Amino acid sequence: MPDQVTGLMAAFPQPNVDTDVIMPKRFLITITREGLADGTLADLRFDEDNNKRPEFVLNRSPWTEASILVVGDNFGCGSSREHAVWGLMQLGIKGVIGSGFAGIFYDNARKNGLALPIVSPEVRDELMQVARDPDAGQCIIDITNRRISVGSQRHPFEMDEATRAALLEGRDDTLDTLKLAQSIRAYESNLTQKMRVNVIQ
Amino acid sequence: MTKTLYDKLVDAHKVCDLPDGDMLVYVDFHIMNEYTSPQAFSGLDQKGLDVWRPEAHLSVVDHVNATRQRDPHDDASKLLIDNLENNCRKHNIAFYGLGDPRQGIEHVVVPEQGLVAPGMLIACGDSHTTTYGAFGALGFGIGTSEVEHVLATQTLRYKRLKTMLVNVEGALAPGVTAKDIIMKVVQVIGAGGANGYAVEFAGSAIRDQDMSGRMTICNMAVELGARAALIAADEKTLAAIKGRAHSESFDFGGTEWRSDESAVHDQTFDIAAEDIAPLVSWGTSPDQSVPIDGRVPTAGDTATPKAKAALERALAYMGLSAGQSVQDIAIDSAFIGSCTNSRIEDLRAAAAVLKGNKVVSGVTAIVVPGSTYTRLQAENEGIDKIFIDAGFDWRPESGCSMCLAMNDDIAMDGERIASSTNRNFEGRQGRGARTHLMSPAMVAAAAVKGHLADIREFQFEGAE
Ligand code: SF4
Repeated sequence: MPDQVTGLMAAFPQPNVDTDVIMPKRFLITITREGLADGTLADLRFDEDNNKRPEFVLNRSPWTEASILVVGDNFGCGSSREHAVWGLMQLGIKGVIGSGFAGIFYDNARKNGLALPIVSPEVRDELMQVARDPDAGQCIIDITNRRISVGSQRHPFEMDEATRAALLEGRDDTLDTLKLAQSIRAYESNLTQKMRVNVIQ
Repeated sequence: MTKTLYDKLVDAHKVCDLPDGDMLVYVDFHIMNEYTSPQAFSGLDQKGLDVWRPEAHLSVVDHVNATRQRDPHDDASKLLIDNLENNCRKHNIAFYGLGDPRQGIEHVVVPEQGLVAPGMLIACGDSHTTTYGAFGALGFGIGTSEVEHVLATQTLRYKRLKTMLVNVEGALAPGVTAKDIIMKVVQVIGAGGANGYAVEFAGSAIRDQDMSGRMTICNMAVELGARAALIAADEKTLAAIKGRAHSESFDFGGTEWRSDESAVHDQTFDIAAEDIAPLVSWGTSPDQSVPIDGRVPTAGDTATPKAKAALERALAYMGLSAGQSVQDIAIDSAFIGSCTNSRIEDLRAAAAVLKGNKVVSGVTAIVVPGSTYTRLQAENEGIDKIFIDAGFDWRPESGCSMCLAMNDDIAMDGERIASSTNRNFEGRQGRGARTHLMSPAMVAAAAVKGHLADIREFQFEGAE
């Protein structure tokens, strides 16, 4: 993961965009992570006959090229489906700027290297305005310095240290944690027999 | 030092601190379903990893299976179901599949099988894992990468949440249920109002609820963004888990799982039980609800242009006009099911309303018991007869069904549904489908009347 995400911002102000909307269930019948780009935001991007909805921001020039979304409150709420994050990334989205995200979505994003900088509602509204300007130019999300730059604007953002480190290092949490196997065994050795779940098949 | 219940649970499960500020927590029990786990198993395969402790996991088929018949309704869902079974076989993980008497919606199955106890930490690739908080257990939803992590390490990387206390004090008015309590809480705090928080529910109205009601409340806490919901364990909790298949084999400590008297929460909300009316949702977010004798809001009710735009969008999607009386909203169908409201207590409550009544002609009504065990119990009590006589379609198999419409129970474009489920999102029950959330008794009343109806004015034999 590079220490910066650069791209065009698109304004997506709707509040409470849930993961059912980001990845409708008909695209979830899959056992792989691939092939989700078409399903992403499908009901907003396409009509019943699969024609592009001209009014949706990602179907309008120049935002067909957007790789950063500026979003309304509570983006990513609802179902835990990680497919929502996989799909956004396969659609070419590398960063989502908001004033707060639903918890599971936030964690899923971190696991996959999708940057979710958190700004105040006021800054988010300002960036939303900028994103609506077709001539706004490139936005830079600087992960190392926790700073968003676009045009002459500079805004600090919040990102907890663990998420920031995970993004910068692009690490594999599972393999990293297995290095702590000894600590896990030590914890387990303190569990009584009645604290060790054993599901009978 | 005094501690909240949440902090006690986190501290008890902490394996170690991590250098980046997170911690590692131990997962006592992990549940999987067929749609959020396949990529976790393939992750293990790619990395050549084994499951750390196979006996601490359970897989249940619930999201994509058909409920009209046992066999999968199409090849794609069969693929997901078979994939889960094969993965479980390979890794020696318990699997409750189609036809297994223990199968059903995961969050209904787990308490039924006695697989939850106060003091446990439970993770599952499903957001409604908050349900287990009803038992004083820390349950929370995780994504697929985290499912892989739990399988391989029996732990999760975890960041401590802030805590919010929601006190609901007083006695509920007749006709008001646990569903109305939680819908009120979501309305007051807002969808996303508890993002970053673990919410503890307290107060006499919460304690008075039976375990089924407490589960309904903790289940829908995720609709306010809470990553975890908790209710202190008491004698009722312990009584409810006695005598079930697994319960005798666990002990994580009993009623000591409660917040200390003077524990400080980061935020507190007080809600008077008397102020809660039977609620229905009118919009496309679970916090958009009004009392059943109320009206759909008008733009004048909201302050900001942003809120006005959201309201207008929701009204357009729902096909409603601002200011119209909620009880004038005619429905096309009724659905009783989901991990929020499909337990035996919910079926009994709806059956009481339906006894001696008929679903009005033109309305399609479906009931999907939350689990096979629940269905058999209901059939034993003759509840299936009451539903069937009233004109409900009593489904012979259990699962999530029309709660999220991943099987063949899909609402049509524009179809308006009175639903006992938890999410009224755009397209949740089918593309263009219009969902109104409410208690199971109110779904039954709406099915009989053909429009959203006030349970307090509804005359029924089964009334107390
Ligand atoms: S019943 Fe609905 S909310 Fe519950 S687990 Fe199934 S899909 Fe999710």
